[in-house]
Amino acid sequence: MAMEMRLPVPRKPVSESLGRETKKHLVVPGDTITTDTGFMRGHGTYMGEEKLIASVAGPVERVNKLICVKALKTRYNGEVGDIVVGRITEVQQKRWKVETNSRLDSVLLLSSMNLPGGELRRRSAEDELAMRGFLQEGDLISAEVQAVFSDGAVSLHTRSLKYGKLGQGVLVQVPPSLVKRQKTHFHDLPCGASVILGNNGFIWIYPTPEHKEEDAGGFIANLEPVSLADREVISRLRNCIVSLVTQRMLLYDTSILYCYEASLPHQIKDILKPEVMEEIVMETRQRLLEQEG
Amino acid sequence: MASVALSEAEKVYIVHGVQEDLRVDGRGCEDYRCVEVETDVVSNTSGSARVKLGHTDILVGVKAEMGTPKLEKPNEGYLEFFVDCSANATPEFEGRGGDDLGTEIANTLYRIFNNKSSVDLKSLCISPREHCWILYVDVLLLECGGNLFDAISIAVKAALFNTRIPKVRVLEDEEGSKDIELSDDPYDCIRLSVENVPCIVTLCKIGYRHVVDATLQEEACSLASLLVSVTSKGVVTCMRKVGKGSLDPESIFEMMEGSSARLAAPLGHFPAAPYQLVTD
Repeated sequence: MAMEMRLPVPRKPVSESLGRETKKHLVVPGDTITTDTGFMRGHGTYMGEEKLIASVAGPVERVNKLICVKALKTRYNGEVGDIVVGRITEVQQKRWKVETNSRLDSVLLLSSMNLPGGELRRRSAEDELAMRGFLQEGDLISAEVQAVFSDGAVSLHTRSLKYGKLGQGVLVQVPPSLVKRQKTHFHDLPCGASVILGNNGFIWIYPTPEHKEEDAGGFIANLEPVSLADREVISRLRNCIVSLVTQRMLLYDTSILYCYEASLPHQIKDILKPEVMEEIVMETRQRLLEQEG
Repeated sequence: MASVALSEAEKVYIVHGVQEDLRVDGRGCEDYRCVEVETDVVSNTSGSARVKLGHTDILVGVKAEMGTPKLEKPNEGYLEFFVDCSANATPEFEGRGGDDLGTEIANTLYRIFNNKSSVDLKSLCISPREHCWILYVDVLLLECGGNLFDAISIAVKAALFNTRIPKVRVLEDEEGSKDIELSDDPYDCIRLSVENVPCIVTLCKIGYRHVVDATLQEEACSLASLLVSVTSKGVVTCMRKVGKGSLDPESIFEMMEGSSARLAAPLGHFPAAPYQLVTD
């Protein structure tokens, strides 16, 4: 068992390796964006002393007359229809509190949850007492945002058989702004694993189930050992996602797949080395540019 | 210790993975994560170091002060450890929440340095029974990402390596009163030899196997861990069991023989050459 040691090197800022042609106008809270009063102010800005001042840190985006600042690192802000992956933190009277990396804990009402077997009936007192049998503290679920309360808290629902409790797999937490909005967030990757890209930044990687269990609805967790080949694919995917995040690339099924293919020549544990990370992300970026152009 | 909630299925996945020697991030049971060591980061200390091990971030500062030696050891200086778990690391450490963990880590550090060979304490003596150097080692936990003890021991070793103690001369007057003179040259200082300073290796028992350098998720799946403090020559200075589970004496023997022997040499040999990470 050998440990690799290397001589010190100066730290490289990420922007150098990006090689972007146009330099983005970055601001920090308190910076003046412009003194021109003809602009409408969008998110992340406020008017103070006749000039537009930024309230978050990030690049300035301008669309015609609208100026807004897109924050680099935020908590998840819920929108109706988003897919999220969350962890149960509390079991309350008729609802569960779910942690989704937002400012307030999200809420999953008992009436918004699918009963096992897909039944549709009024929830009774027995159901309330049996809540802990469905979901306990620490369990992971995939759900969809049903509504957003006025204080920003999000109400979830699992009213479809594709949502519900998650079984064996790996959770990766990334900044929510790096998850691209797409038509579907459930992907079965051709490399042999499946991925749920939660809009809140929680990414769930799990082995593709052999056959779709229509009746279970996801409540009976499969605790059989996962095969070594599947584990290797899942670990490799996890490391690829972590490398894409350190280089601040948008996460969606194509970028993750290209990154996976670029990482195949390396060993799984080597992907976390800084220079290997840079190399595979650079290759991914090039392939994505070729594909677009 | 900072803990993370995991579902039963996630724990089962991690435990089965460890049995097959393939952890969640692709490492084997005896692989460490990337460690980043930076010395001389705090300017107003005698020596400092910052260590990043995955998500764990530790900052250590060493200050050398003059004081009187302990009564039972009049010819030696000594080390004082203080560990501060800052609330930045995790909300559990807010207020007095981090005190328990801090005292536990400090006591472990006292134990691993409580022997004649780790640090040459005689070189810290200025004049017997009257003056000696006391090294105050302050450890600050900036971020908690699993495997605290290993990272802290590496950081303490690097900070001690970086410590510069000014050279002093004791002048004696005709009346017999002693005067201490510090040299003006800032580069005229003595450095400590950290060859025999031990490093801690934490072996977490998960299922039937043990892993080195556990992440927070893996620590949540393990019930018992063995802390072994070992020098580069393979000399064990301290051994401690933590956790509410139990360890079979047979498995303790196996863990010590196997892992600590193999990890002692590479961990202990750094910092062999004087170096610093240069940042822009």
